[in-house]
Amino acid sequence: MTIDNILTLLLVVPAVGLIPLAIFRDDRAARQVGIVTTFVELALSLVMLARFRVGEADFQLVERADWLPSLGIRYLVGVDGISVLLVPLTTLLTFIAVVYSSTVVKQRLTAFMASFLLLEIGMVGVFIALDLFLFYVLFELMLVPMYLIIGIWGGPRRIYATLKFVIFTLAGSLLMLVGIVAVWLASGDTGSRTLSLPELLAIRGSFSPEFQFWVFLAFALAFAIKLPMFPFHTWLPDAHVEAPTAGSILLAGVLLKAGGYGFLRFALPLFPIATQVWLPVMIVLSVVAILYGAAVATVQKDLKKMVAFSSVAHMGFVTLGIFVLNTQGAVGAVLQMLNHGFVTGALFLFVGIQYERTHRRLLADLGGLAHRWPLYTAFLGVFVLASLGLPGLNEFVSEFLVLLGAFQFGGEPLGGLFWGPLAALGVILAAVMLLWMFQRLMYGPVREAYRALPDMNRVEVFCAVPLLLVTVFLGVMPQAAIAIIEPSVERIIRLAQDPTFQVALR
Amino acid sequence: MIEAVWLIPALPLAAFLVNGLFGRRWLRHATGWIASAAVGLSAVLAIGVFLEVLGGRERTTVTLYEWIGAGDFRVDVAALIDPLSTVMLLVVTVVSTLIFVYANGYMEHDAGFHRFFTWFPLFVFAMLILVMADNYLLMFVGWEGVGLCSYLLIGYWFDKPAPQQAANKAFWMNRIGDWGFTVGMITTFLVFGSVTFSDVFDRVGVATQANLTLISLAFFFAATGKSAQLPLYSWLPDAMEGPTPVSALIHAATMVTAGVYLVARSVPLFVGAGPSLEIVAVVGAITALFAATIALVQVDIKRVMAYSTVSQLGYMFLALGVGAPAAALFHLATHAFFKALLFLGSGSVMHGMQGEQDMRKMGGLRPKMPVTFWTMLIAGGSLAGLPPLAGFWSKDEIVGAAWNEGQTALWAIGILTGVLTAAYVTRALWLTFGGEPRDRHLFEHAHESPAVMTLPLMGLAVGVLTLGVVLGFPPDAGFIHTFLRPVVEVEGLAPREVEVVTLLALLAVSVAAAIVGILIVISMYARHRPDPAAVSRASGPVYRLLVNKYYVDELYDRRIAGALRALFGVLWAFDVHVVDGIANGLGRLSSLGGQGVRRLQTGIVGNYALTIVAGLIVIIVVYGGYAAGLWRR
Repeated sequence: MTIDNILTLLLVVPAVGLIPLAIFRDDRAARQVGIVTTFVELALSLVMLARFRVGEADFQLVERADWLPSLGIRYLVGVDGISVLLVPLTTLLTFIAVVYSSTVVKQRLTAFMASFLLLEIGMVGVFIALDLFLFYVLFELMLVPMYLIIGIWGGPRRIYATLKFVIFTLAGSLLMLVGIVAVWLASGDTGSRTLSLPELLAIRGSFSPEFQFWVFLAFALAFAIKLPMFPFHTWLPDAHVEAPTAGSILLAGVLLKAGGYGFLRFALPLFPIATQVWLPVMIVLSVVAILYGAAVATVQKDLKKMVAFSSVAHMGFVTLGIFVLNTQGAVGAVLQMLNHGFVTGALFLFVGIQYERTHRRLLADLGGLAHRWPLYTAFLGVFVLASLGLPGLNEFVSEFLVLLGAFQFGGEPLGGLFWGPLAALGVILAAVMLLWMFQRLMYGPVREAYRALPDMNRVEVFCAVPLLLVTVFLGVMPQAAIAIIEPSVERIIRLAQDPTFQVALR
Repeated sequence: MIEAVWLIPALPLAAFLVNGLFGRRWLRHATGWIASAAVGLSAVLAIGVFLEVLGGRERTTVTLYEWIGAGDFRVDVAALIDPLSTVMLLVVTVVSTLIFVYANGYMEHDAGFHRFFTWFPLFVFAMLILVMADNYLLMFVGWEGVGLCSYLLIGYWFDKPAPQQAANKAFWMNRIGDWGFTVGMITTFLVFGSVTFSDVFDRVGVATQANLTLISLAFFFAATGKSAQLPLYSWLPDAMEGPTPVSALIHAATMVTAGVYLVARSVPLFVGAGPSLEIVAVVGAITALFAATIALVQVDIKRVMAYSTVSQLGYMFLALGVGAPAAALFHLATHAFFKALLFLGSGSVMHGMQGEQDMRKMGGLRPKMPVTFWTMLIAGGSLAGLPPLAGFWSKDEIVGAAWNEGQTALWAIGILTGVLTAAYVTRALWLTFGGEPRDRHLFEHAHESPAVMTLPLMGLAVGVLTLGVVLGFPPDAGFIHTFLRPVVEVEGLAPREVEVVTLLALLAVSVAAAIVGILIVISMYARHRPDPAAVSRASGPVYRLLVNKYYVDELYDRRIAGALRALFGVLWAFDVHVVDGIANGLGRLSSLGGQGVRRLQTGIVGNYALTIVAGLIVIIVVYGGYAAGLWRR
């Protein structure tokens, strides 16, 4: 295996990291193995990004091998302009989560690190898999370690939360499995069946509208639960509240993106007719999520629930951008996935940093932290501002592009000039919710109980700085990312809009 | 020089970064001079740019790089330097420099000095981006940027509840306005295919009147937020909770002028937009009158000035609405000087009175604070509209323009507001400096401020004394008119020729209005004819209405905010009981069904996995068979 197999390497490296974890079962070693492995993975993903040819729509760095040839199932991986950015997001957040946890988590560290490496395989794999079966396996693989992370290292109600999380997502993904089987059966006669995405794209014209309707629904439910879209979101606040900080970072930062990514990668291009049929529902649910998520977030008493509900609103922008089916909307949606990953990942990191010191998460118990923690205040302030869409920081760009796409939406019901301004109201609510949270957390008189608590330490600063730099960079120079995303997104929009459009099979 | 125009915002940005990174540990009080020097240098550069524009370079675009480009949407980080942005650059940088110098003295003993001088230059940076941008989207960066900085600076004393509330209110209300900006900007793109000023204004002919009305009203809604007009004005008086130099910066040089600038910049869109300009004029005039009546009865010196700003901004919108953008810009410039002076003067009084803002505890301060008194008197005269001070020339042009447009009712409101303006500013100055001291203790300790504070006052006073004549003489044809002509001369906005007799008559009415206002107040407060207390008693309900600011804060902060909070609470209950209730209900249902097969619940994960796989196989077989039959008809 050489550097030319870089995508496979990305799957192998975390797996290799599991070996020393199994052998040396002490905490010091677990820490070192976790940090080194995720760092190598991060470096590799950046190499991958550097080798990616910007401006091409098609998959690159493709690797393939027969896996279950009798069933037409292959090991097929590749990246396009969408996944090539989501993979570094994943590896950076995993690295940060592991580094941060290495100083905080005290019990069963070996198992903890193993869970994160396993999770990393699943997360990276989901973004590079181009065979539906492989995608499904990796999609489910994300579930198991997260189940353990919440269930073992979580808060007091962790069992309830983790079961809810698993049952919700499993229900969705089992439906998707049914859909995948249906696609497999419809892909040809015995012996010529396939689940590889490029081949399916070539034959998608043979999928009848009725077939598309049901299979799209099966896929869409899986992705809608994962994102989560309204009204499938209620597992998210519970899961976040109980999850340990590192778990929340990856849950919000990466796992949710698998849903949005699934829509773009599979549901839209494979089932264009059904996309058009389901599109009004998706638009309405997206706008509802934007407004409802932000509105409900404002009345939360628990910091983590607040950020969780704000995620629902932010992911509403993702689905809105996807389903308005135009370039600006879809580019905005992909950017929003990235930006939300960095920013909300950071928000959960900072909620965690705070919680480690005060052991409080209820806003009523907190306040006045700004006096003693200038560094923390400054960092958190930037991420809060990014999250409420302040121009100059990253989320503004993505939300603006989504709105730009939404205003241009020409379909039923009611059209873009109704949904666009309505969705734009969500930006006001986001400001209300986030500034209120910031005020109650940071401002006010110093509380005696928190007077002696120290500001951020070096490890925490080390974790926050890269997120801060990306947040500022993608706000000031977003074109660097847009240039990568746009060609691939345009191709997907074309595929979704025009059921007869064919892409060359490579 | 113009090619280096990006240095103008870069310097305050650099000061922000340096002070933010190194201020707390190392620079401390040096941050004040770093920030002041940076903004001062920007002012020098702005003067250089001004001279070049004056020399004939009417329109230059300086592009830095492509900011966002997706599909057919392209927008650059680029500066548009024309007479309009040059005027704004000058006003912002020159007035800010004086305020910065002053703040070095005013904030000297504050524990958060470095923090103050971190946000302060950021504020100027954001404002400069706003006025330099060559497109709406980049302008929006500055637009929200000043909103953010006002939030940070209004809430500067963050351990007290009132500044926090005021800061939040400012940001939220601005955000409501910004919604209008977003809608206007995106609609602009839909109609014109671009958000760059030059593209949009060149293609203005392709738009229907309905398009233009929608766009211009959306932008005007945004302007009412930023420039504190009805209905989104109420954050500005509360913004007094910030340190006084912040108030001066917000009210004079930055922030509130942004809305006026936005409308002035977008005049080509407003002209073809049917009723839009009239709406602007009416809202402006009503706001001017409305805020002036409130200012009449306030007892907090800064609050008087705050409502005065709302009122004066109303004049500027009135000017825009009656098709006199040059007069609006003229008043913007003169107002920046005299209002900054009034605020800094109020700050100087507070500085000498141990932070007291209540005018009922002042009085007789004139001999104690001569510089503050005389400079504030000049500024007050300018606000009241006395010749030959700056405010007289600019305000009179506005009121005259309303008359010349045939808007007699708006002209009358302008004159009436002029009477009230003269009255409230006279009242404020009298209560502060005239009569007998009402709080002996405070009076004994009162003192004039140090030179670092009084010198900027004098600098501003020189501006107030001279600017009117320099920029605005002769009326309607002064320097600012010729300078701005290339930008504001829009088809459909033909300036009317006015006869000298009419002009002089209008001038006489304005001046008479000011003098009437002043005399009434002096008579009331110096001779008690009629006695102010008796007047307020006699006018019972009206007085109460004014003191309570027409109960608008009550309506916004209690009723509307309360209703929204209740609604969100209902949504949350819906989420818990209905959305999540259904999910949990389904779960309970299946666990009820599971009672029978309870013995299978061994607690061993392996068994569960086995069950899952078995279930999967069943589903696959059943569904697969079904599907195979169904799909291959």
